[in-house]
Amino acid sequence: MAAVIESIRLAIRTLSANRSRSLLTMLGISIGVGAVISLLSIGAGVQAYIDDLFAGAGTNIITVQPGKLQRGGPPGASSSAQLTEGDYRAIVANTPNILAHGAFLQSIGNFIYEKKESQVIVYGVTPSYTVIRNWLPAQGRFVEEADNTSRLRVVVLGQTLAKDLFEDADPVGQVVKLNNIPMRVIGVMTSKGASFVGDQDAVAFVPLMTAQDRIFQAQAQAKSGERIVNAIAVQGASEAVRPSIESAMRTVLRERHRLAEGDEDDFTIVSQTELINTFGALTSVLQIFLGAIGAISLLVGGIGIMNIMLVSVTERTREIGLRKAIGAKRKTILSQFLIEAVTLSLLGGLIGILIGAGIAAVIPFFADFKPQVRGSAVGLAVGFSITVGLFFGLYPAWRASKLNPIEALRYE
Amino acid sequence: MNNNGRTPVIDVRDIYKTYQMGEHEVRALAGVSLTIYPGELVAIMGPSGSGKSTLMNVLGCLDQPTAGSYRLDGVDVEQMKEDELAAVRNRKIGFVFQSFNLLRRTSAIDNVEQPMIYAGVSAKDRRARATEALESVGLGTRLKHFSSELSGGQQQRVAIARSLVNNPAIILADEPTGNLDSKSGAEIMCLFQTLSREKGITVIFVTHDPRIADHCKRIIRIADGLITGDDLVAEQRDACAEHSAFTAAAALTAAAPGKMSAKK
Ligand SMILES: Nc1ncnc2c1ncn2[C@@H]1O[C@H](COP(=O)(O)OP(=O)(O)OP(=O)(O)O)[C@@H](O)[C@H]1O
Ligand SMILES: [Mg+2]
Repeated sequence: MAAVIESIRLAIRTLSANRSRSLLTMLGISIGVGAVISLLSIGAGVQAYIDDLFAGAGTNIITVQPGKLQRGGPPGASSSAQLTEGDYRAIVANTPNILAHGAFLQSIGNFIYEKKESQVIVYGVTPSYTVIRNWLPAQGRFVEEADNTSRLRVVVLGQTLAKDLFEDADPVGQVVKLNNIPMRVIGVMTSKGASFVGDQDAVAFVPLMTAQDRIFQAQAQAKSGERIVNAIAVQGASEAVRPSIESAMRTVLRERHRLAEGDEDDFTIVSQTELINTFGALTSVLQIFLGAIGAISLLVGGIGIMNIMLVSVTERTREIGLRKAIGAKRKTILSQFLIEAVTLSLLGGLIGILIGAGIAAVIPFFADFKPQVRGSAVGLAVGFSITVGLFFGLYPAWRASKLNPIEALRYE
Repeated sequence: MNNNGRTPVIDVRDIYKTYQMGEHEVRALAGVSLTIYPGELVAIMGPSGSGKSTLMNVLGCLDQPTAGSYRLDGVDVEQMKEDELAAVRNRKIGFVFQSFNLLRRTSAIDNVEQPMIYAGVSAKDRRARATEALESVGLGTRLKHFSSELSGGQQQRVAIARSLVNNPAIILADEPTGNLDSKSGAEIMCLFQTLSREKGITVIFVTHDPRIADHCKRIIRIADGLITGDDLVAEQRDACAEHSAFTAAAALTAAAPGKMSAKK
């Protein structure tokens, strides 16, 4: 053990004697480790951000949207297929094990209050929306069943819209104009913050039937004369019943849409589980990619270390000869050079960790998410640095230990 | 010879060392037998290529003879493996080289500590023993100096301190004064004489300079890999006295700056 400490001290002394060369050699490892650390922490940050996003919704939610989801593409809008209120009722009537259900209409609305004007997404919703998105009002109340059946002209504002129109004043009880129709504000939602689809608080909610019959009539009328909805959502009793719920929904919709055997669905059923799995797959692809970058840069860094160690062995041939003459054994020389290589790569790795953490620390100034430097990533980086040093230091160290002392002492 | 019933520290019998150079063989040592007793100060002389360095390497356990036997301090070493030889070199032999071979960018005291690291001496004892050794060669005030900050003679004295720290049975020096002026040469020889006389350490050195060789009691002459002479010096020169004389002369020159500039 004392010999190892002695070797480490010696390694640090020789490395600092050649400071600029040592730093340049470490650079390869530093860049590799820095890249891996920053990218891994970005990956972890994105993952946390996505988890957060899903945690914002209710659990076991299954959604149906019109149109076929193209593989890899965005849902909806691919065909003229529509969902109607009839579809919604049929699903609710024929699907077992659901705790809550809702249907939504989505459009753009223009809000005016006094001199202020703002355009946001307007959702026509049923009261169950609070359960399905796990989202409650901060002030006042949300849309209730009576608002819906009576097609009342009431609106619940998102935080951003409330700020835009009312600044710091209390909006509840005030009357705003939505597409020139006077609406009474009954509540303001809590803030959901921004997501990759934009500001989630730039929204407003009105009762579904108010939206269909009084505000967005043109858009809400199917060819059949039925009322249109843009999405139907149900909350399953548990993850275990998800497949049976999905197949019940599919059967109902295929029958109502008169799809023949072999026809593709003209609707898309999306569950949270599926979404999370998709993101999971994306994340692991990212991880493999990062792993490859890391492996390549560590390989390049390692070759750099081997190169410098070989140069060092040649330059220090006489020193090695002297050390052997005064009693160093083969394994002593071997471990001395090995420790030197590992010290190089480990210091390089530590610098790389600092670089990576630095990059992770400045990212929040440019992006919406916060990279997380995890202990496991740091451990991995340290482990890899040591391994690279050992692996690429072994050959030079072995060459040093094999030198014949007489020839080494005579070396010019 | 001066065999008063004591065991020899070096007992070499019929040593051969042959190098295969392509077609023909080079016989660097062609049957050398040699006995040296503790405390002797021995000079080895001979023409270039006669095998002096080869013999020193064999005596120093850096090289193994092609044939013959070698007992060092009562131990048979000719059958030893590489690592065992390293241990023998570490504990029984001190080396002094023509080109000093100090570690670069390393202080005198760190240089002197090196052999003790391989002997497993604790850091505290190393410091103490290295300081003591450097003091004994007159470098007590130069402990922290790097080799680049020392004169040739001082560097060679650091090397001698390094050769002493593990209390070796023998010190081997291949042309130790070859790179030094006569004053520093006398200083090194003074140290060797003191070590052999007062500490009973055997010192064997190679030299081409008969005036340096005359500092020992015994001169071994080699030619073509064979010992051709093993002589006792009738009147040993006193290296320490010579060195004092050099110092005194230097003091005189320094006192007369006119002469100095005239010389230039
Ligand atoms: N590694 C080697 N391979 C081949 N021949 C060698 C080797 N080492 C020494 N020799 C030969 O052995 C002979 C003795 O060499 P050695 O170095 O012992 O001479 P030396 O007496 O020390 O000479 P010098 O006074 O010039 O140092 C020489 O002929 C030399 O060429
Ligand atoms: Mg020689």
